[in-house]
Amino acid sequence: MTVVSDSPPLQTEIGPIRLERPAMLASGILGISMDIFESLYDAGAGAVVTKSLSSEPWDGYPNPTVVGLGNGGWINAVGLSNPGARNFAPMIRENSRVPVVVSMVGSVASEFVGMISEFSDCMVTAYELNMSCPHVEKVGLEVGDDPELVAGIVRAVKGTAADVPVAVKVGLGSSNYLDTVSAAADAGADAVTAINTIRSIAIDADAQTPILSHGYGGLSGTPIKPVALRCVYEIASSYEIPIMGCGGISTWEDAVEFILAGASAVQIGSALGGRDYGLFGEINRGIASYMERKGIASIGEMVGLAR
Amino acid sequence: MPDRTRDHPFPVTVEDVTDETPTVRTLTFSDDVMASARPGQFAMVWVPGSYELPMSVMVAPEEGRAAFTVRRHGPASTSLYNVNRGDRIGVRGPYGNSFDVRDGRLLLVGGGTGLVPLMRLASHASAGGSGSGGNHRITLVMGARTESEVFFEGMASGMLSACPGSRVVVCTDDGTRGTKGLVTDVVDNMLAADGAGSFDAVYTCGPEPMMYKVMQSAHKGGIFAQASLERVMKCGAGICGSCVAGPDVVCRDGTVFDADHLLHANPEFGHTYRDKSGVAARWPQS
Repeated sequence: MTVVSDSPPLQTEIGPIRLERPAMLASGILGISMDIFESLYDAGAGAVVTKSLSSEPWDGYPNPTVVGLGNGGWINAVGLSNPGARNFAPMIRENSRVPVVVSMVGSVASEFVGMISEFSDCMVTAYELNMSCPHVEKVGLEVGDDPELVAGIVRAVKGTAADVPVAVKVGLGSSNYLDTVSAAADAGADAVTAINTIRSIAIDADAQTPILSHGYGGLSGTPIKPVALRCVYEIASSYEIPIMGCGGISTWEDAVEFILAGASAVQIGSALGGRDYGLFGEINRGIASYMERKGIASIGEMVGLAR
Repeated sequence: MPDRTRDHPFPVTVEDVTDETPTVRTLTFSDDVMASARPGQFAMVWVPGSYELPMSVMVAPEEGRAAFTVRRHGPASTSLYNVNRGDRIGVRGPYGNSFDVRDGRLLLVGGGTGLVPLMRLASHASAGGSGSGGNHRITLVMGARTESEVFFEGMASGMLSACPGSRVVVCTDDGTRGTKGLVTDVVDNMLAADGAGSFDAVYTCGPEPMMYKVMQSAHKGGIFAQASLERVMKCGAGICGSCVAGPDVVCRDGTVFDADHLLHANPEFGHTYRDKSGVAARWPQS
């Protein structure tokens, strides 16, 4: 079906982040080509989030880095391979059309501040600070588990990023992730993304060994959806901070549930395994027709309705 | 053991190990799924407790069997090269698209282990598997640096004996076997001498600078042509983006692409590839 002209508008506001459509590409997926960002945007993605960038290029872990579970679930320990902020920035320098959210990963505030300077002449829709990757030491969850460190980084980034909004991506680590949300919000973060992959492992029964070269990885895809949905609901119940929902979203129904739980936008990743980019258009159209049926005039009106 | 799923390593037993050259081996195993892979499709192959790497699925002469042909050069390929008969390896896939096998006079141009998908193509075509009756005359050009690095020549000759008018052309850089010279020069001479009209389709796989020249020559002659690309592969399923080349996710959109697309819509083809971090690096020029 097509979206008719009187369909409810799909524009959404995640705090200061304004998007034409609520379905976004999640970080870590298809993240290093402007050509592909363009295709995703044309297929309906409201924004794309880049792979998490570090100060220097990272090769990541050797293969196997990804294993499919066959139930819509994936475990990966890619190891945050990325070309580094300095090499990536020129790839998006000419872009003035596609909303690009730049994801960054690091251990200390100065790394994030340094990376932001690389993007001074780029159109950046928002920065998303990855404080929740579950499979690389010294960064990701090891930062996210320390609310004071999170607050310091967010304050430094907010002080540097000028008008560009800043989101913090949280996940389930060894401390209460709500403390991380709280610290980020108090330090001035404009939004949170919830949640990252969940620390997990895949073992081969035949070979009697872990499959991924790193051993542990992060679980993504449909198996984590109910957990991610719970986190969005929980955050929305306790804090005012706008939320981008992420984790196992593969249909428009999933997207609607996340918005009803309290998300102002949804991020899609693993569902693209074996699917084409048309998934974004499908999800947007599904949300629009749901809104029509329910007489909902805007995404904003729908956010948190289930609470 | 769970039900087999495409994206999870499935254990198979290596039944035969054949030395092709001092650095190239073929590992053969029984598996109906990989045996029915289409020409150009690849698997992610895991050496348990060690590396996983993308491998084009090699044809095996027997029903229900398939193979991988690996050259040892880095740690991952060396770990697969060192697998013994009786060892188990994990396979997932097959992934990617496959060659569009046309009827008529086909020119196949392979360099090194790039011959693997072309052997599968030749086997497919000589068995009449084009979907439109199958009437093929195949010229398979195989290039190597020197005689000791030539492999699959006998197997290819045997396979093509089923297609009258077909032939295998071997060329080596140093002239120790077959025609002396680069594959690309041999192909150019062939297209020039026979006239562009003497081939209906060109298929190539091998070092990218070689494929780039072959694609240019064929395309200039107005011949339908396809190349199978190699990039850093991780997931195989179009998620991780490590195999990106311009607008293409090679594992999902390829690995086989038309010359028209590669030469006009993919600015990275023939010029650059992404290293493991995603930084663009230039291909060494041959």
